[in-house]
Amino acid sequence: MMRKLFTSAQIEIFKPEFSEVKIPMAGSVAAGPFSNVDDFVSERIDLNKLLIRHPEATFYARVRGNSMLGDFSDGDLLVVDRAEEWSHGRIALCYLEGEFTVKRIHLENGICTLIPSNPSYKPIVITSENTLVVWGIITYSICRHP
Amino acid sequence: MIALIDCNNFYASCERVFNPSLNGRPVVVLSNNDGCVIARSNEAKAVGIAMGIPAFKVEELLKRYNVAVYSANFALYGDMSRRVMSILSGYSPRQEVYSVDECFLDLSGIATLKEYGLQMKEHVGKWTGIPISVGIAPTKALAKIANRIAKRYPSQTGGCYVMDTEEKRIKALKWLPIEDVWGIGRGNAAKLQLAGVFKAIDFAGMSESWVRKNMTITGVNLQKELNGTSCIGFVGGEKSKSFSVTRTFETEYETWDEIRERVVTFTAMAAAKIRKQQSLCSRLVLFLQTNYFKDTEEPLSQSVEVRFPFSTSSTLEIVDFAISGLKRIYTRGMRYKRAGVTLYNFIDEELCQPALFPEMNSNPRHKELMKVLDEINQASPSGGVRLASQDARMFKMHQQHLSRRYTTDIRDILQVKCD
Repeated sequence: MMRKLFTSAQIEIFKPEFSEVKIPMAGSVAAGPFSNVDDFVSERIDLNKLLIRHPEATFYARVRGNSMLGDFSDGDLLVVDRAEEWSHGRIALCYLEGEFTVKRIHLENGICTLIPSNPSYKPIVITSENTLVVWGIITYSICRHP
Repeated sequence: MIALIDCNNFYASCERVFNPSLNGRPVVVLSNNDGCVIARSNEAKAVGIAMGIPAFKVEELLKRYNVAVYSANFALYGDMSRRVMSILSGYSPRQEVYSVDECFLDLSGIATLKEYGLQMKEHVGKWTGIPISVGIAPTKALAKIANRIAKRYPSQTGGCYVMDTEEKRIKALKWLPIEDVWGIGRGNAAKLQLAGVFKAIDFAGMSESWVRKNMTITGVNLQKELNGTSCIGFVGGEKSKSFSVTRTFETEYETWDEIRERVVTFTAMAAAKIRKQQSLCSRLVLFLQTNYFKDTEEPLSQSVEVRFPFSTSSTLEIVDFAISGLKRIYTRGMRYKRAGVTLYNFIDEELCQPALFPEMNSNPRHKELMKVLDEINQASPSGGVRLASQDARMFKMHQQHLSRRYTTDIRDILQVKCD
């Protein structure tokens, strides 16, 4: 896996695996001090492998709007995993009243509420009137920093 | 035991995954150029929209029942198919992908078949949103029938039917009309009905000599399969032994240029397929057919075989051979409705022995050229590089109701309203 270079409360920095590995080595060059290089050859970090646990069940979605500000903002790319189970506290891609939406699932005393991360938006209480389909669970979001 | 897994109304189901409001509403998918109905949801079947019917003929029905109409989105369906097949491959060491929405699995050694089948259904449904039906039986032909039962009686079977007793086999064969038996074509069905065979059970009980005489060894094998002896093996993992591209035209074609364009396009598609599995071919068969459905004139089918002097996978060379064959069968004044090209007599690329004289070999420079061509076409499936004799119809394709490429184009992924 990835090797950590630096850790603080705010951020972790990982060492890219491909920085030192140069392959293939010519036979003569590989002799002597480089002879054990092959033991350290490993694959580069592959974001696909990191972000996608269930390839057959993973889809991408794009955020439009600001109701989830705090977790993600307009334009962010979402990794949606249908294989994951929904539960209290998870952020889900939901289908509600003819539209897709992203909200945090809140379960309390048998009542399901969809909570927007942005406090200026109102939570949506799920009743027998509105049918909620949990389409998938957001496992990662990718945010561009221009 | 063998399982046949089939996606329910596959294309319509794909559209529903990304538009759940279509649940309960009739959905149809139209062929390229929005010509004919090529997929229907159960609701669309129920209001009497026939398979294969030209869309303009059912315009009134589509309106009256508020049918959701989609242009075929093959990029989406192909991706969803790969997801489904990949999940199912985890349930058996042997899988044969039979079509875009069907596969066989070898379930030898599985004890709790019903539970196993239901688990597949649950798994595929949750992960992809695609509903499937599972039929499990001792042979492929019987698995096909078991699948039909699962699909026809979803509430009784839960979408999975296991034909594991002799009683169940007999009951199923008594139920199934002969024309619905896997591998019985229109011609054979008519022949059998004349001989008094109306249900699968009648065919299963016929004398083998009659079947052999009238339906060749294929019919004999099918009969054995229906009687519980497995004799149609698993295909897959191995390379194909031939590739065909056959299409019915959206309209009748008459002129040499129109026919040639179609034949060249089909040949180019087949050639790309053989390069994908690193084979070379040295023969092709080409056929042309006039309209089958017009009762005013007899359908006419002509075919020709072309043997190449060398083995090749170059589109340029194979197209030249195809055109030489086409010249022999094309008849001015005929109105053609269908054509097809089959490439065969394959050898492995690396096993090809070049002949002594260069003019008896495939042009070695084509190999690199084809590699580049395939790379470009793979990156841009809707456009890409074509021969000059192929027209730009791909660009003109009429797709009024195309859904987005939700899974294969980053610009087309789901947009989620967050407000």
